[in-house]
Amino acid sequence: MESPDVYLDYSATTPVDQRVIDAMLPHLAEGWGNPNSLYRRGREAYRALEDARERVARIIGAAHPNEVIFTAGGTESDNAALIGIATRAKPQGAHIIVSAFEHHAVLEPAHFLEKSGYEVTYLAPRPDGHIDPDDLAAALRDDTVLVSIMHGNNEIGTVQPIAELAEVAHARGAYFHTDAAQTLGKVPFDVAELGVDAASFSGHKIYAPKGVGVLYLKRGTPFAPLIRGGGQEFKKRSGTQNVAGAVGFATALEIIDAERSTEGPRLAALRDRLIAGITGTLENTEVSASYPDRLPNIAHLIIKGVEGEAMLLQLDAKGIAVSTGSACSSGSLEPSHVLLSIGCPPELAHGSVRISVGRATTEEDVEYFLEVFPPIVERLRSMSPVYARMFGSAEG
Amino acid sequence: MLYSDKVMDHFNNPRNVGVLDEPDGVGEVGNPVCGDVMKISIAVQDDRISDIRFQTLGCGAAIATSSIVTEMARGMTLADAVAITKKQVADELGGLPPAKMHCSVLATDGLKKAVDDYLVSHGREPIAVGTIAHDDPDFDPHAEEHEDACDVEEA
Repeated sequence: MESPDVYLDYSATTPVDQRVIDAMLPHLAEGWGNPNSLYRRGREAYRALEDARERVARIIGAAHPNEVIFTAGGTESDNAALIGIATRAKPQGAHIIVSAFEHHAVLEPAHFLEKSGYEVTYLAPRPDGHIDPDDLAAALRDDTVLVSIMHGNNEIGTVQPIAELAEVAHARGAYFHTDAAQTLGKVPFDVAELGVDAASFSGHKIYAPKGVGVLYLKRGTPFAPLIRGGGQEFKKRSGTQNVAGAVGFATALEIIDAERSTEGPRLAALRDRLIAGITGTLENTEVSASYPDRLPNIAHLIIKGVEGEAMLLQLDAKGIAVSTGSACSSGSLEPSHVLLSIGCPPELAHGSVRISVGRATTEEDVEYFLEVFPPIVERLRSMSPVYARMFGSAEG
Repeated sequence: MLYSDKVMDHFNNPRNVGVLDEPDGVGEVGNPVCGDVMKISIAVQDDRISDIRFQTLGCGAAIATSSIVTEMARGMTLADAVAITKKQVADELGGLPPAKMHCSVLATDGLKKAVDDYLVSHGREPIAVGTIAHDDPDFDPHAEEHEDACDVEEA
């Protein structure tokens, strides 16, 4: 029997869609010119790059194509937004607000700004896993220049009320950035409807390659470039552009956007089947965050009394790939900062599991997971010296 | 981060799992808040470990180091058992990733606790007390990681 290969970690990364590869290849093999050169080869590359930019701008609802800046990925986009806006807006104030459960790509530049003389407020989410506009309103100050709150949380999958949050920030004169790496293509996303000044996107979360991303930057938003040099990307991001990557990003975005109306409900059904199958079979399991607005593709659960890395390795031995928020999986000693931020006790956070479905996930994959997973949990619980003491009788 | 084949073997097929029915000594170390707890029970004959079982809540390395330490300690004198070092445990497993070296301390500390529990409950002086890392309020697994990361680079 062929050993199973069931990938359930689409929130970590996605395979590059064959249609994206097909669209990119000509720009690697023949169209390799520098888009900043004036001769024919350069002009052809330039046209491909600008065509990709216009396609991205159209889908995300940007008013002008030059509000779309190609970067080397979501982390660069986040760094550029945080540091770039805060630096240029400093004359107006030196206070910024980020949510406490941001990705490290936002938290680390926030820490850097804090060390560089800015004041940073780390806004706590509500225990149900969302950032409340009232809490943001209370944290805003006259000298707040920038608010950065992620759209979809990459661990627990909750989707923040960005339109309301941006409105609250703007009412106090602060610019608003959102890290939308997890939501792009999965839930409706339109920069004008959301009213954001800046947004970060990642190619490899939407079936484009790693190493390409986008920073949306609304015209008029103060910005100092993070990467300086030849002045490419409207002087906002220097470096010869990754034309094939940009074409791949645009193609991947068009595909995921076109398929969202059918793919979204299909993924949500798979997610709900996973949640029902796990919580209905195993005692002492629960969904980690109850906020109803959630990404369609992430099932995030607390499996009490089990350490996450042990679950991950046992699933791997059965050909299944998932993620965990346990400390041991990350090499640090602290469990997931996201779970701690919503009040999940560390002893439970160590036992979290994130199952994220995607384009190639089938019902058979989900049923295979549900067949394999309960015995793994029961075995690990039976090996634990504290399960019965902490959570009642051991199973099995 | 990669585990050796022997770590994976002991993780997937742990030896001596469980609790002895009538243990002569029991040791438990760790804390669920930190994500790992180990409990070891021993039977003792003529100051040798004649039987041994463990239970562990923890990651792959925590379970594998627990399993291997029970194999190493079985048949040993009590004095030899408490002298097993975290490095010997890691070496016996074909090495551990630097970030996981502190897991082997869980295993050696659990064993030391069980030996001392046996001795004290039989009216004798404990022999491991003072060498148990988890009893030190300043025990910092981060420091362990750093120290061992350097060891690995030298090796």
